[in-house]
Amino acid sequence: MTRKKTLFLAAAATSAALLAGCAALESKPDYDALVTQMMTGSFRDEGIAKVDRLQQDASNAACSKAQGDSPPEDVVDAIQQAALKSVRMPSDGKFIGDWREGEKLAQNGRGMTWTDKSAAPAANGGNCYNCHQITKAEISYGTIGPSLYQYGKNRGVTDAESPAAKPIIEYTWTKMWNAKAYNACSGMPRFGHAGLLDEKQLKDLMALILDPKSPVNQ
Amino acid sequence: MRSTRTALSASYLLAACAATAPAMAQQKSAADGIAEYRAMLADGNPAELFEAKGEDLWKTKRGPKNASLERCDLGKGPGVVKGAFVELPRYFGDTGRVQDLESRLLTCMERLQGFDPLSIAKTPFGQGEQLTMEGLTAWISAESRGLKFNLPQAHADERKTYELGKRAFFYRGGPYDFSCASCHGQPDKRIRLQDLPELTKNPGNGIGFAAWPAYRVSSGEMWSMQRRLNDCFRQQRFPYPGYASDVTIALGVYMGVNAKDAESVAPALKR
Repeated sequence: MTRKKTLFLAAAATSAALLAGCAALESKPDYDALVTQMMTGSFRDEGIAKVDRLQQDASNAACSKAQGDSPPEDVVDAIQQAALKSVRMPSDGKFIGDWREGEKLAQNGRGMTWTDKSAAPAANGGNCYNCHQITKAEISYGTIGPSLYQYGKNRGVTDAESPAAKPIIEYTWTKMWNAKAYNACSGMPRFGHAGLLDEKQLKDLMALILDPKSPVNQ
Repeated sequence: MRSTRTALSASYLLAACAATAPAMAQQKSAADGIAEYRAMLADGNPAELFEAKGEDLWKTKRGPKNASLERCDLGKGPGVVKGAFVELPRYFGDTGRVQDLESRLLTCMERLQGFDPLSIAKTPFGQGEQLTMEGLTAWISAESRGLKFNLPQAHADERKTYELGKRAFFYRGGPYDFSCASCHGQPDKRIRLQDLPELTKNPGNGIGFAAWPAYRVSSGEMWSMQRRLNDCFRQQRFPYPGYASDVTIALGVYMGVNAKDAESVAPALKR
């Protein structure tokens, strides 16, 4: 084989490899970039719902990418650690408010859509019955989340202020403040962390499911 | 006066009976009640009125070019309406895009009739030329009633759009961290008493993608798939999706391909 021919063959092989490379590039689109392009190009501001709502934090990015499965273990750990750190316990050390107010909030499914006027906690409901069974009397409840009927009773809470109840009280507050603390891809909104509900509202919801006097625990 | 009192005591009696009935029976009767209500209404679906209007709009000369839509190509050739709906969204060579029914109708209304598609896309639902879309989508979907969804995936852009739709479906964001999958990613779930179709697979004949457009009794309105998706995003606490925007078309491909072999009942009747 002459040297010229070898060179030619080598060049041909290189260009074939290049072409194959290009074909591979073409057949596998850069979906991350395309998704960003699609999302930013498809939405606009409307009322209180601005396009910055499309920006994802680490948790939402990882859980979206997992498409219903769990993200890798180290990612899950990092999300949960960060979420746990984000939780603010009540400033006055009291966790239990008024279960009657809690029931009203639990019934209220309003808040944060582009037809809502204000994004302030006072304008928001808890949306609880959309996904959870809570009192026995309310039969119109959703099933995306677990039943919370007898939540406190089932966990042996006879006095919500007692030291014995402290672990479950703090766990529940944490869950409501930032559900990602215990489940990286939890479907539940981060009511405290995202500023959806204020401390008083969260205390009233705590009372609904933890106060032994609440109908939930009868 | 007497009749009022009688009616009142009757309603007290009913309330007392309902209160003493066991909770399980109450729940059953609530769900059964809704089913009965739907069955009763299904006898005379007001969507038929929109279908008739849509057929008329298709055949009427309108717009700056004073032309009908009878040469509009919905994917099966110019003027072919029967069977087109259950193969949309699909890729169209003349626009070089994957289009759903409504974005395709915008193309036809622009090219054949001379309408401005951007101005129609900006028109609020239930007004102006959006009323035309309500009628057209009702009639065109009705022409495929009873047929099975079979979206083409032969073109690379159709497959790419499916993949983008899948990613849009699982895209979490907004103040509640919701995605489409938050409500429609699992079997047998509900919001309050409303059953939720699982849209990551074929949810069954006439359920989910195979049930829109639909006439909504509660609001007395005809909702196209675009309007249905718009309200999903509202409840997802997302910003406002553009009419016929890329994300809505991608979701249409994802749900439509997943619904393969589901029988279309559109235009359906909803509570």
